[in-house]
Formats: sequence, C-alpha cells, structure tokens
Amino acid sequence: MTTGTIRLNGNDVEFEPGQSILDVARDNGIDIPTLCYLKGATPTGACRMCVVEVAGARSLIAACSTPVTDGMEILTDSERVHRARKLNVELLLASGTHNCLTCEANGNCRLQDLAYHYGITDIPFSITPQPYPTETDNPFIIRDFTRCILCGRCVQACNEVVVNLAISYGYRGADSKIVAGTDVPYFESDCVFCGQCVEVCPVGALVEKKSRYMGRPWDMKKVRTTCPYCGVGCQLWLHINKEGKIAKVTAVEDGAPNKGRLCVKGRFAYDFIYSEDRLTTPLIKENGEFREASWDEALDLVAEKFKELKEIYGPDSIAGVSCARSINEDSYQMQKLFRSVIGTNNIDHCART
Amino acid sequence: MFLCIGTNMTEAHPVAATFLKNAVLNGAELIVVDPRKQPLVSFASLHVPIKVGSDIAFLNGVMNVLITDDLYDREFVSSCCVGFEELKAKVLEYPPKKAAELCGISEDLIREVAHRLAAAESCMLCYTLGITEHTCGKNNVMSTANLQMLLGNMGMECGGVNPLRGQNNVQGACDMGALPNVFPGYQAVTNPDARAKFEKAWGVKNLPDKNGLMIPQMMEGLVDGTVKAFYIFGENLANSEPDIAKVEHELSSAEFIVCQDIFPTETTRFADVIFPAAAWCEDDGTFTNSERRVNRVRKVSEPPGMAKPNWWIFRELAKRMGHEWSSASSQELWDNEVSVLAPSLAGIKYKRIENDGLQWPCTNEDHPGTCFLHQDGCFTCGLGQFNPVDWTPPAEVPDDEYPFVLSTGRRLYQYHTRTQTGRSGMDFLLPEETADISPADARKLGIDHDEIIKVRSRRGAFEVKANVTEQIPPGMVWMAFHFRDTCANWLTNPVYDPDTMTAEYKACAVTVEKL
Ligand code: SF4
Ligand code: FES
Repeated sequence: MTTGTIRLNGNDVEFEPGQSILDVARDNGIDIPTLCYLKGATPTGACRMCVVEVAGARSLIAACSTPVTDGMEILTDSERVHRARKLNVELLLASGTHNCLTCEANGNCRLQDLAYHYGITDIPFSITPQPYPTETDNPFIIRDFTRCILCGRCVQACNEVVVNLAISYGYRGADSKIVAGTDVPYFESDCVFCGQCVEVCPVGALVEKKSRYMGRPWDMKKVRTTCPYCGVGCQLWLHINKEGKIAKVTAVEDGAPNKGRLCVKGRFAYDFIYSEDRLTTPLIKENGEFREASWDEALDLVAEKFKELKEIYGPDSIAGVSCARSINEDSYQMQKLFRSVIGTNNIDHCART
Repeated sequence: MFLCIGTNMTEAHPVAATFLKNAVLNGAELIVVDPRKQPLVSFASLHVPIKVGSDIAFLNGVMNVLITDDLYDREFVSSCCVGFEELKAKVLEYPPKKAAELCGISEDLIREVAHRLAAAESCMLCYTLGITEHTCGKNNVMSTANLQMLLGNMGMECGGVNPLRGQNNVQGACDMGALPNVFPGYQAVTNPDARAKFEKAWGVKNLPDKNGLMIPQMMEGLVDGTVKAFYIFGENLANSEPDIAKVEHELSSAEFIVCQDIFPTETTRFADVIFPAAAWCEDDGTFTNSERRVNRVRKVSEPPGMAKPNWWIFRELAKRMGHEWSSASSQELWDNEVSVLAPSLAGIKYKRIENDGLQWPCTNEDHPGTCFLHQDGCFTCGLGQFNPVDWTPPAEVPDDEYPFVLSTGRRLYQYHTRTQTGRSGMDFLLPEETADISPADARKLGIDHDEIIKVRSRRGAFEVKANVTEQIPPGMVWMAFHFRDTCANWLTNPVYDPDTMTAEYKACAVTVEKL
C-alpha cells in the first residue's frame, strides 16, 4: 500500500496506510475530542465523542476507529459534528452523578472539560440514578460507579495494555457496569492492583484512595523520578501537594522504559518514607542499649575505630556492604571510602540476589 | 519468540512482563521453563516443568538435539564463535533420554523445544534468579549463553541473553564498583594501569591490589576474627541471607558493626553505631535499571530529623580519616567523578538525562547510548566463546529425612524484607507468608488449604499457613522471604557458587509436617 491523500476540513493532506481519521487529524494539528480512545489499544468506538462528518456517509463516523481511505472528505469542525458531540456530553452528564465539588478528578476530568467547552449549564434530561454502590474496601483504589461513563478505557488498559485480564463489561443496557471477574470487588478478583485502570480513567470513577483530600490537581507540582523497587526502573510522576508531600504517583506517558505503565509497588508503595519508624538521629550502642548521639560524636567514633583497627590489624580487617537500593552516587562514594581511605577492596553488595 | 527460564516475571518484574504479554497477544511464541506453573505459564505455548536445579541438563539436552538434528546456526557459529567442538563433545553426553530423566520431563518435550527454537527467526532468552541462585549459577548462565550462540540469537534486538536484575539499582551498584574486584566501570583492581588511574584521580597512593572479600566470606571472617569491623549500608542481611541462625551468629561475632539505614531492621540490632540516612525522594541521584539505562531520581523532600544523604555520611567519614573530597552533591559526584572515571559512562551527564535516561555503553557526549550489546555478532571480547558445562545437582537434595525441595523467591505484593512495602499498606494485599504445596502432597499428608503446618530443614523450622495450589508440582515447597518469623531464610542452605558466591536460595531439602 502507498500513501494517499484526503481532504480534511477543506485541505488536502497525506496519510499513511493503516492510519485512522483521528491519527491523520492529530498529525495535522487538528483536535478531535476523545473519551474512550486509548493509545496502544484497539479502538472500541464506544463513546462517539470523536464523531466527524464524512462526505457520502449518512451518519456521523467515529474518527478513532475508522481507517482513512484515499479521497475521503472529512469535516471535523462542522455545526452537525458539534451538535452531536454536545448531545453526547449531555447524555453522559445525565447518566449517574457528576458532582464536581466532591470529585477527586475535579480539574483533571475529560468530561468536565468537554462540558465546559460546550458551555453546558443544565442538563436537558432527567438524571438516571446509578444503582451500584461505591467500592472502597481496599486501601488503594476507589471505584465510584456513579461517576463511570462506561468509556471502557479501563477494560482496554487491563486487557490489552498490561494484560492482567481482570475486568470486563458486565450486564446490559441501563444496568451496564464495568465488572471485575464475576462482579466482585477488585480484592476478590484476579486484579493485581497495578492501577492502570486508574491511570487511564478520564473521569473520577476510579481514583487513588491514598490521594483523596491531599490536594487539588492545580495545586500539584509534578516531579519525574525512578521507581525505587525492581530492576525495570519505571519512570514515575510524583504529584507533590502544597505541603510538599507525595499525593499520588502516575506513570510517565511515553517515557522509557515503562511507556506509561506501572505495577502495584511503583504506583502505591511510596509512603514508607513518611513512616513514624524512620531513623532520625545517629544512635550509639552503650551497655546493650541504643542512645541518641550527635553526628559529630557518631562519626568520630566510627572514624577512630576504623583508624585503630586499620593500625592494629591492617585495612583488610574492615569490610563493607553497599546498598543495591540506593543511588549510584552512594555506592560510588562507599567504594571510594573503602578503597582510597581505608585501603581495602573488601567492598561488596548483594549483586547476587 | 521468547524463552523464559527461571524468571517469575509477572510478580518480580511486572511492567517488563506486560510488554512480553503484549508480544504474545500479537502472536509471539512463549516457552516457559520453570518448575512452577507460575502466572506467565498461562501465556505460554509450551511449559517445561523441569526439576529444581536441572537447568543445565535441560539446556545441554536441547543443544544435543540442535546439533544431532543439524538445526543450529552454522554460519553464526563458524564466523562468530569459538569452542564449538568442545561444546559439541560435552552436549553429546546429554542425549534427550538422559537429559529428560535428570529434568523429570519427557524426551519429546526436549525435542519439541529444540525444534521450536530452531524454527523461530529469533528468540529472546530471559532469566532471573532462578538461573543464578544455585551452586551452579555461573554454569547455568554460561549454558544459556551457549544455547543462544548456537542458535545465532546474539547481537539482535529480539535476541540475546537478558538477565532481569532483581533490585532497582543492583546494576548500578555493580557499575559503581561496589564489588571486591573492580573499580567503577568494571576496571580490575588487579590491573596496575587501572590502579594508577584511580590513584591519580583520588589523590592517593598504593590502592590495594588484591581482590577483596565477597559478602559470605566477609561474614565468615567475622567469626574467624579476620574481619573485625563490618559496615552495612542498607542491606537487611539478617533476613536476606541464607540460614538466618548462622547469619545472626556471624553478626553477633563482629567486633564492631556500623549500620546505615532508613529504618531499624533485624540487622541494625547488631550495630554498634547506626547512621540515619536519607531515603528515596530525599536526595537527587541516579539508578541504573536492568537495561543499563541510567535514570534520574529526584529529591522532593528533606530527610526526617537529622538523617543525611548517604554520600554525605561517607564524605564526612573520609574527612575524619584525613581525606578532603571535593564533590559535594550527587550531580558533582556523577558529572565530575563517575562519568569521568568509567569510560562506558563517559557520555552520560545529568544534563543529558533530564527526561529519558541513557543506556551505557555511552562513551562520549554525542553518543546516543546502546540499546543492545554484541551488535551483529561483534562480541565485546572478540569472538563468542562457548563454555561447555556439566550438570551438577544442588548441594542438598531431598532424601528420606527431608523429602521435599524448597525453592524461594519474591511475591508481587511485597518486596524483600518488607522494610518499605510493609510500611506502604501492602500488608492488606499480602498479610502473611504461606508455604505453597501441591494438591497431591496436601492430600497425601492430609493437609487442608490454610491449615497451619510446620516446615523444617536441617537449619531451622517454623509454623506457617499451607497454600495448596496447582502452581506447585509434587515434591516441592515454595516460599518467599518477606516476613520475619516465616522467612524462608531460616531454612535455606548457606552454600554458594564457587566463583560468584551466589547462595543456593533456589534449592534445599525440607520436611512438611502436619501439626
Ligand atoms: S513500577 Fe513495578 S515494574 Fe516498574 S520499576 Fe517499580 S516495581 Fe518494577
Ligand atoms: S473516542 Fe472515538 S468513540 Fe470514543
């Protein structure tokens, strides 16, 4: 197949075989709103937020799931397109509770953005109450079904991106629900709490429990860092609140090596640094008990002891183990201390475990 | 195609596993070699449940078929490798029948694996500690390399021998020379030129020219008195080393112990002095992941109380022992020392890794980094050397008294000795250890799921909940080392690979007793 040309909002543009209307539009700097579309997963066409007009087609076409064909004439910005999109948003707002005041996603919500964009002030439909209770029985993920718009991004992420195969669409029609296993809480299902569903939820239906009431999105500073657990080295965004604390952790989209993915430890096991158990002063053991000491006292004691042992027994009477969890610079510094100051190569770490 | 051997990736390297699962969904073939029916197996087209510790017999058996059926990559072997005749002679001693018996699988399965590997255009071999944590760990690794060279699966993007490193910065700690035989950048301490280079850089004379001790030797030195002082930075040896009773005896024999940590641990109990350290998020720096990618780590808060960055503590000690070091931040340490002294890191500077990290070798500041090694069969040391190896059994194998083999590893929801995950709410997902046993053995011993049983080895015993699961083959017990009282290391065998000094965490003999 060769490249071809289409007419996009009156301009001729080129495309590559296999591209969707959405791809071509984005390549050409044209914004088409999406809700259910998830990069890297098969488009489902579920939300119809991305509809466009295609010459010759009777109904509007979902841009995310429709491949372009040579000669297509597409309008992304017509009156008809905008009417349909607005109606769509109104219908979504009418399904369930979308009370932004108490929502964690306030300020970080695709639905809120779209409602604002289309200037929706009241909803011309009666609001359908949502029958499913919120799931709060685990410490990490809250599932608020009243806010769920059934876009299915979480299902795509779980099944196609991280392939944990834990959630799917359940029930039908007005009873539709995203279910884990046979509609059990996450904790009782095959869910492995990677939280990729939370990462991709465009609204406030799936939120991190630990981050609740920690701060509003617009007050957060994002700092990029590397996960402190396994050797994959996933790239994280730390969302730091006004008090300087980590409010939540998300994945760096497109960052190497994890490309927007995390596991349970990288996403949720960050708050050990705030534990009350932290060591906060140097400690010296006296008569079998530890007592607090100043840095000067503790450092002098160790330095003197090392000098004395080196003097009497030689440098090889001292050995050290570095830390495979800590930063490179720390390991570098420790081996330098052992080699150049103490004078021994007795330095190792758990390279083998 | 992927060949995963001794790697429980979905639990130990979950995000790496997602990419592998994506490839399988897109049609890649996966062969899993593992005694357990671990989670990856449900994505595999072939599961090869070899006996614990029979990896070399299996790999030699596969290579036997590749050679006798003439399925190997003749061109790659003749142009890029040396030592083929020796390898051939060795693997001919492992006909499928013999290999199959040693591995407890069928001959056909060995043939099938060989034929599938040969038919694949390329195959990426991944391993983790299931390969290395054996008394024959080094031979296991060489055996995987022999196989990949024989198949010509080297120096390509979807090939190679890919160890997944356990901890976040175990790669980096090696690169930094926290090893008894090399300076930063793997420059041998026995090489006079390397010593001269570091003497000049560090402003010292007479750097020690003999290799130092490895951890198990250090600990034995504490008992025989050759090692007087032991400086333990971060590691919780009292839980993570094999045979806890022995480890604690060793630690309590020391004349002087310094611990540097973020929490009190089972190990800091033995300290004479404890230094409180800054944790992750409390210092700037770098970690190096399994792909040799140097990534930035950033500070977002101050260490609590008087806790200090680790590099600061070492610098203060140096000062008090008469050495003034100029670098006074992680960035200065990296940019002015590490990357200047380690040639493979020369091109990596903090300013280049603000966003994505760089993979070493990266030899100058215009170098884009290196995604995979040995490109087009060009091994860093010239031609690829086949290293034929013989299978050897684990040091302790089941007998009448201790009829089960205990193998150990990590579980998804906890990490190591739980100093971190145990303080992050993960106990909700995994509150206690279990002894995983097979339904067949449970039936035989009259043990119910969740029943408290006793597991005993020659070194220790404890009571623990039985987890009866199809994952485990008969004759095996599987446990992790996350919880103190039920830590598998009360049971594990303190025997080591003679070269690498890696402990045999993956195999020892135990009994399972109904209470
Ligand atoms: S997020 Fe998970 S897979 Fe990624 S580095 Fe952390 S522990 Fe490893
Ligand atoms: S974004 Fe295209 S249908 Fe939802």
